Amino acid sequence: MGERVIMLGNEAIARGAYEAGVKVSSAYPGTPSTEISEYLVQYRDDVYEEWAPNEKVATEVAVGASLSGVRSMACMKHVGLNVAADPLYSVSYMGVNGGLVIVVADDPGLYSSQNEQDTRMVARAAQIPVIEPSDSAEAKEFFKAAFELSEKFDRPFIFRTTTRLAHSQGLVELCERVEPEDKPYEKNVTKNVMMPGNAKIRHIEIEKRNLELAEAANTLPINVVEMNDTKIGVITSGIPYQYVKEAMPEASVLKLGMVNPLPRKLIEDFASKVDTLYIVEELDPVIEEQVKSWGIECTGKEILTVQGEYSANMLREAILKQDLGLKEPAKAPGRPPILCPGCPHRSVFYVLNKLKMHAAGDIGCYTLGAVAPLSVIDTTMCMGSSISTLHGMEKAKGKDYIKNWVAVIGDSTFMHTGVNSLMNMVYNNATGTVIIMDNSTTGMTGHQDHAATGKTLQGDPTYAINIQALCRAIGVKNVYEINAFDLPLLEKTIKEENEKDEVSVIITKTPCVLLDKRKKPLYTAHADKCKKCGMCMKPGCPAMTKNPDGTIRIDDTMCTGCGLCEQLCKFDAIELVKEGE
Amino acid sequence: MAVKNIMIVGVGGQGTLLTSRILGGLTIAGGYDVKLSEVHGMAQRGGSVVTFVRYGDKVAEPIVEEGQADVIIAFERLEALRYAHFLKKDGVLIVNDWRIDPMPVVIGAAQYPENILEDLEKDHKVYKVNATEESKKLGNPRVFNLIVLGIAAQHMDFTKEQWYEVIEKTVPPKTVEINKKAFDVGYGIAQ
Repeated sequence: MGERVIMLGNEAIARGAYEAGVKVSSAYPGTPSTEISEYLVQYRDDVYEEWAPNEKVATEVAVGASLSGVRSMACMKHVGLNVAADPLYSVSYMGVNGGLVIVVADDPGLYSSQNEQDTRMVARAAQIPVIEPSDSAEAKEFFKAAFELSEKFDRPFIFRTTTRLAHSQGLVELCERVEPEDKPYEKNVTKNVMMPGNAKIRHIEIEKRNLELAEAANTLPINVVEMNDTKIGVITSGIPYQYVKEAMPEASVLKLGMVNPLPRKLIEDFASKVDTLYIVEELDPVIEEQVKSWGIECTGKEILTVQGEYSANMLREAILKQDLGLKEPAKAPGRPPILCPGCPHRSVFYVLNKLKMHAAGDIGCYTLGAVAPLSVIDTTMCMGSSISTLHGMEKAKGKDYIKNWVAVIGDSTFMHTGVNSLMNMVYNNATGTVIIMDNSTTGMTGHQDHAATGKTLQGDPTYAINIQALCRAIGVKNVYEINAFDLPLLEKTIKEENEKDEVSVIITKTPCVLLDKRKKPLYTAHADKCKKCGMCMKPGCPAMTKNPDGTIRIDDTMCTGCGLCEQLCKFDAIELVKEGE
Repeated sequence: MAVKNIMIVGVGGQGTLLTSRILGGLTIAGGYDVKLSEVHGMAQRGGSVVTFVRYGDKVAEPIVEEGQADVIIAFERLEALRYAHFLKKDGVLIVNDWRIDPMPVVIGAAQYPENILEDLEKDHKVYKVNATEESKKLGNPRVFNLIVLGIAAQHMDFTKEQWYEVIEKTVPPKTVEINKKAFDVGYGIAQ
C-alpha cells in the first residue's frame, strides 16, 4: 500500500495528473479550480504547465499537446468553459491522440462566481463525456481513469468538480507515475481539420463513439451499485453521494462516476429493484430528465432545489420527512467580503465616488467597488466585459452620456479578454475612459502570475508584457500610469481624460497589499484631535472603527499603513507612528 | 470512534486556512479517517468564513451539519453568534473575545450586537479568551489562533506532543517557537 496523505480535492487532481503521466497542462486561474495548477508545480520535472491568458487559449494548448501524442489537460472554472466553448465544441468532433481531459469546477452556492451554471449541460451540448468524483481519493483515481477512457474511445473528457469537492480535504493513497509512451503523430486531415466536409464525417463518427461509450458505461467500474434496503433507491454522483450516505446509510445507491453519457441498462436494472427511486444531484436535473425520458418513475427536483449546495440535513427533511428540530440561526449582521485594508483599489474607488462617477465593472477583487460605501460599480457581467459594456452605452446614447462613466478592469482580466474590447473601442472611434487597476497579479484567486507580471507559473523570470505599450500599440493615444494612492493626480487625470473625445487608459499601478511582504508602516488616530467629521471613514477601510464617543480608532492588527486615511484627515488627527521598509 | 465534528469560524484573513492545515495534520497523526472543508476565493477577502473538520472511523460528508458540532472554535465574537446554532446540545464553544466590525456596521447600516458572549453562555458551554491581546503580549498578534487552538485541544483527542509535532511541521520555520508558546497559553487557560 502506498503512503496515505491528506489532500485537497484540487491537490488530488494534480497528483492524479502526475500519476497518469500527463505531460502538458495549461490553465487560467478561477475559483474553485486554481489550486490544481499550483499543486502541479511540484511535478515540474515531469509535467510542463503554464498560465494561459484565458481558458480558450488553455484548451487549445491542451488540444495541441494531445494532437502531438501526449496526455494533456486544461483547468478552469465553470464560466471559463464558456470562454473555451469554441475549441470545446470542435475538439469534440476531432477526438484525441494523447488523452485529453479538461477539468471544470462548478460553484453550486456561488461562493466565488457570477452564476451557477451546470457544466454537465454544456458537456451534453458539446457531446463531451463527463467524469465526476465524490472525494479526494476518487479525484485522483478517476482522473487517471479519465485518461484511459479518453484514449480508448478517442474522446476528450470533462472532469467535473464542485467547490465542495475542490476545497475539501480527504485521505489519498499515493501511487507511482505511469509513463505512457507518446502516441505516434499521424497526419490525418479528415480527423483534425474541421472544415465542413470533414466535420460532417466526424459528426457521424462521434455519434457512434458516444453510443459505444454509453454502452460501455453499463459495466464501467466507476459506476457502482450499492444494494442495501430496497425501499429507497438513490441515483447520485459527486459530493451529493456523501450527503446520501450520511443521511440514509441504509438506502440502495447507484453512484455514477461517469455522468455523461448515462448507463441506461444499469439505471433501468437498478430502478426495477427498488420501491421508490430518487435522483439526488446538485444544480440542474441532468440525470433526472434523461431517466424520466426513458419512462422510469423517479423523484428529484419536485422536492430538491436547483439552487445552491445540498446537505445531509436537506435530504433527511426532503426525502425521509424527518423533523430535525433545528435551532433558528441567531440574528447577526452579515459580513460580506470587502477590499482588504491597504488595498490600492479602495483609493481609486474613493476618487470615483467623490467625482460621482459610474463604472462598468469587471471580474476580480475590484468587483467589491459595487458595495457601500464605495458604491461606484453599476454593472459586472463577465471577464473583460467592462470595456465593451461602456462602449455599447456610448454607441447607444452618444459620447456626452458617458462623461461621468469609466470602465474599471484588473490587469489579469485585461490580459484575459479586456484587450479585445479595447481594440474595439479604438477601431470604432470611441471616447471612453478605461481604468486598468494594475496590482501586478491575479488577486482574487490568490495571486497567480500572468503575461504582464514577468513571472511564469513556476515563478521563473520571463518577459513582462508592458500594458502601457500594449495600449499604445493598439492605438490609444492617451495612456497614463499613476500610483493608486496619489489622490490629487488621480482626481485630476480622471477629470481631464473624461473630458477628451478620445479613448483614454489610466493605469493605476500599485501592487496588491497582500503581495508586498515588506514591513508595513502603521498609523494611529488621536482622539483629542479628531473632530468626528467622518472623512477618513468614507473609503470604508475595515481597519477604521469608531470609539463609543464617535472618535476614530485604527486597529493596529489590521492597518497596513497605506496612508489613505491620513491624506483625507484635515485636522492632523491621524499620524504615522511607525515607518515601513 | 464515532465521527467528531469541529468547526472553525472567523473573518477571512484571520488564518482559518492555516488552522485547518494544523487540524488536518493532527487527525492523520491520530490515525483517523478525516475530511475537511474550507473556503477559498472571494469570501477570504474579509468575509465570514467557516472550516469544517470531521474525523473518526469512517467519514462520509466533508461538512458539519446544523445541530451536530462538538466544538466550534470562533476567532471573533460575531462569527461565534452566527454559527452557534450548529452546536449539538452539549457542544463546546471557544471564542476569541475580539470584535471586528463588518462593513454594514462600519457604515452604520447595522448594529454590532451587544452581550453576545453572555447570551451564548445561557445555552452553551463557552470558553472565552482575548487571544488577540494575549498574542500581542507574546510579540506577534498573528499567533492568536494558536492560543484559541490551545483551549480547543482540551476538547479533542490528541496529545500535547502530537499538537507540537504538527505545529512544527505546519507553521513557517521562523515562527515555530512563538506558535508553540501561544498554544501553551491557551492550553494553560483551559486547564
